[in-house]
Amino acid sequence: MRLYRKYLSIHVKSMMQFKTSFFLTALGQFLVSFTAILGVYFLLDRFHAVKGYRFTDILLCSAVILMSFSLAECFARGFDQFPKAISNGEFDRMLVRPRSEIFQILASKFELTRIGRMLQGILMLAIAFWQSGVQWSFAKILTLVFMILGGTAVFSCLFLLYAAFSFFTLEGLEFMNVLTDGGKEFGQYPVSVYGKAVLAFCTAVVPYAWFQQIPLEYLTGHSTNPLRIAAPLVCFAFLIPCYAVWRIGLRHYKSTGS
Amino acid sequence: MAVIRKYLSILRVRFTNGMQYRAAALAGIVTQFAWGFLYLLLYRAFYQSDAGAFPMDQQSLAAYIWLQQAFLALFAVWTLDNDIFELISSGNIAYELCRPCDLYSMLFFRTLGSRLARAALRCGPILLVAALLPAPYGMRLPASWAAAGLFVLSFCLGALVVAAFGMLIYISAFFTISPMGVRLIAVSLVDFLSGSIIPIPFFPKALQLIFSILPFGAMQNVPFRIYGGDLNGIEATVSILLQAFWLAVLIWIGRMMMKKALHRVVIQGG
Amino acid sequence: MIELHNICKTFRVARRGGGMKSAARALFHREYDTIQALDHISFTIQDGEMVGYIGPNGAGKSSSIKIMSGILTPDSGECVINGRIPWKQRKEHVREIGVVFGQRSQLWWDVPVIDSFELIRDIYSVEPSRYRKNLDTLASMLSLETILKTPARQLSLGQRMRCEIAASLLHDPKVLFLDEPTIGLDAVSKIAVRDFIKALNRERGTTVILTTHDMQDIEALTERILLIGKGQILLDGSLAELRQRRCGKRDITVSFSRTQASGLETFQNPPKGLSLRELLNGRAVWEAEMDSCPVSEAIAWLSTQVEVTDLSVSQPSAEELVVGLYREFGV
Repeated sequence: MRLYRKYLSIHVKSMMQFKTSFFLTALGQFLVSFTAILGVYFLLDRFHAVKGYRFTDILLCSAVILMSFSLAECFARGFDQFPKAISNGEFDRMLVRPRSEIFQILASKFELTRIGRMLQGILMLAIAFWQSGVQWSFAKILTLVFMILGGTAVFSCLFLLYAAFSFFTLEGLEFMNVLTDGGKEFGQYPVSVYGKAVLAFCTAVVPYAWFQQIPLEYLTGHSTNPLRIAAPLVCFAFLIPCYAVWRIGLRHYKSTGS
Repeated sequence: MAVIRKYLSILRVRFTNGMQYRAAALAGIVTQFAWGFLYLLLYRAFYQSDAGAFPMDQQSLAAYIWLQQAFLALFAVWTLDNDIFELISSGNIAYELCRPCDLYSMLFFRTLGSRLARAALRCGPILLVAALLPAPYGMRLPASWAAAGLFVLSFCLGALVVAAFGMLIYISAFFTISPMGVRLIAVSLVDFLSGSIIPIPFFPKALQLIFSILPFGAMQNVPFRIYGGDLNGIEATVSILLQAFWLAVLIWIGRMMMKKALHRVVIQGG
Repeated sequence: MIELHNICKTFRVARRGGGMKSAARALFHREYDTIQALDHISFTIQDGEMVGYIGPNGAGKSSSIKIMSGILTPDSGECVINGRIPWKQRKEHVREIGVVFGQRSQLWWDVPVIDSFELIRDIYSVEPSRYRKNLDTLASMLSLETILKTPARQLSLGQRMRCEIAASLLHDPKVLFLDEPTIGLDAVSKIAVRDFIKALNRERGTTVILTTHDMQDIEALTERILLIGKGQILLDGSLAELRQRRCGKRDITVSFSRTQASGLETFQNPPKGLSLRELLNGRAVWEAEMDSCPVSEAIAWLSTQVEVTDLSVSQPSAEELVVGLYREFGV
């Protein structure tokens, strides 16, 4: 952990050298997600509610997604650059170092510019927290924390999966964007909004529902089932198949070397 | 004639060049399909919540969404050429001056060429599937020949307005030390104001008016709404005139900026 | 004809301090250092001449090439090429010049070379018949027939350079600027490129201005040399003249037994006109000015200093001439 902090501070330092660039990029990041939430606002301003969710409910959901995504992005975006690391041989260098590959990839890239998004996540979370009309109890706060952790786990797993696929192919990896960027963009709304098929997909295949729609019901008081508090923990199970794909990919890479 | 040929040639080379990125295009198609479907499902949910508040009919909205996805490369400001940025920020753009060309036109046709190539690779399958989907989620032909004609005209103008605005972002790379930041800011604002996050009719009345008058309203907003019949009659004609107006203004601003930037390059050596 | 008269050019280079404050200030206001890149450059090049433009890095070579090709505007001075001022009548001017920047490609990376050629044809509005003729000649002279259909990215460096040169000649330019055309090429390609440039100059009478670091290029191609250093023309003359100028000098290379100390202290008080150029592990290169120190005297002296195992006397090569010049002018 201390080693990771060390890596972190090096990234921060080198990035601060491009301060203005940093500032503008962070502002840009901020605007990207700000305009997205404005879109949600105007839609709900017109329709008042969608499938029973009011703007404040969706704000809460958006805040969780944004927060999880930016946390995952901040720490696990190294996987995003992974195809490059494979094609330029950097990964081979990692393999000969006495640290786990995953750790090295995580440490290889840290995106401070995404702090714009993170700040906004925090801001939105704060607003959603006060505006939601939720009677915050210990159980509900715990749920919220679980949701963010669960979301971070899901997005991190998706980044890992993205990297794992690049062991097999370097082209056409973009389709993973449907799951990552798509998840961020469409996950602003509870997934049940998109109908039964999407809900089923987000429950059984990629566990978006487990950290947003399912516990959100509990937060907003639509449901009082306390099991929903722990629902986000299911997300961590997603790590198992993703890590398995990673291992298979790694073995494939080591045996073919390409 | 020779002059037109010169720039068309640039466009053609860029187009052939762009046609080679098939794998990326395939991934793009998958993404665009997913986006299209999810948007449709989202708006369906809104429609079910309060059909009365729906500002355009579902059929027009479906057309809007599918056109948006099929021609993303032409109408999204963010499909910018990284090599043009590279050319400008490295100062290598200066070498383009040893050609008997107008630099603005050259870059304009270059960026237009790669946008066209990207759109050409992606639009076919998306339009095909959209045409096969059942009503009101699929795309149907425009209501009349007149509407189709207006659509084509406004489609071309819109794509040119987007390219002309993209030029401003490229040229701004001459002046700023952070082209990436400026690009991100410009792109996110334009996305919002042009109706690519939510279509302009879904905004409150007052904002709709402002957004339609701004140059960003002259991008995808006009052609996609004309296609579905949401924008018609006098209103459509006025919108098209506005598109032409903004195209002229954006090109003029771009040329002025380019002149100033080049002045600096030829004095300062990049 | 190319005429430059008292061309001056200064550049401003942004200065950056450290710290948050100065970075914030740099957003709005920047401080600059000025660099005198060209300082009263004057020369004239006649039609059909072939000129080697040489000088160390940062001497002002590429600035002057940029001025002559209309890319850069000088601060003061006059430059007239074929009756035009390059930066004022840019489009007309560039139609008559061809430029090859060895480090930069004008070919489109992902499309076949022939497509790039056709684009250039359209950009310069070359008539189809003339284009056809030029393409055939260039293709056979540079042996491009087999590679025209290949995308530029798949070409070897030598093949690519030949295509680059052909690309810049499709519009029959009167003047050809070659900026390091042989950089990174293998020996065979270098010779092919040189032979072509020679033939071009001879057959079409194209004026060629060549910048290079490769002295073999200069030796093989150019009669006339322009040496630039610190923004000034230091020397304008033929390679022969240059030799003449330094022909009173000989290089004497001695090898001596390793047992002796190989430091400077080995050689005490050399005679006037003999100076040490290089000393390395039992091998020394001396430069003798024959007016004051004939070779025989130098050899006699050397043999009193060390036990000579081998010795050779040579006239300086072009490369050494230039290195000598650089040293003489302190650039």
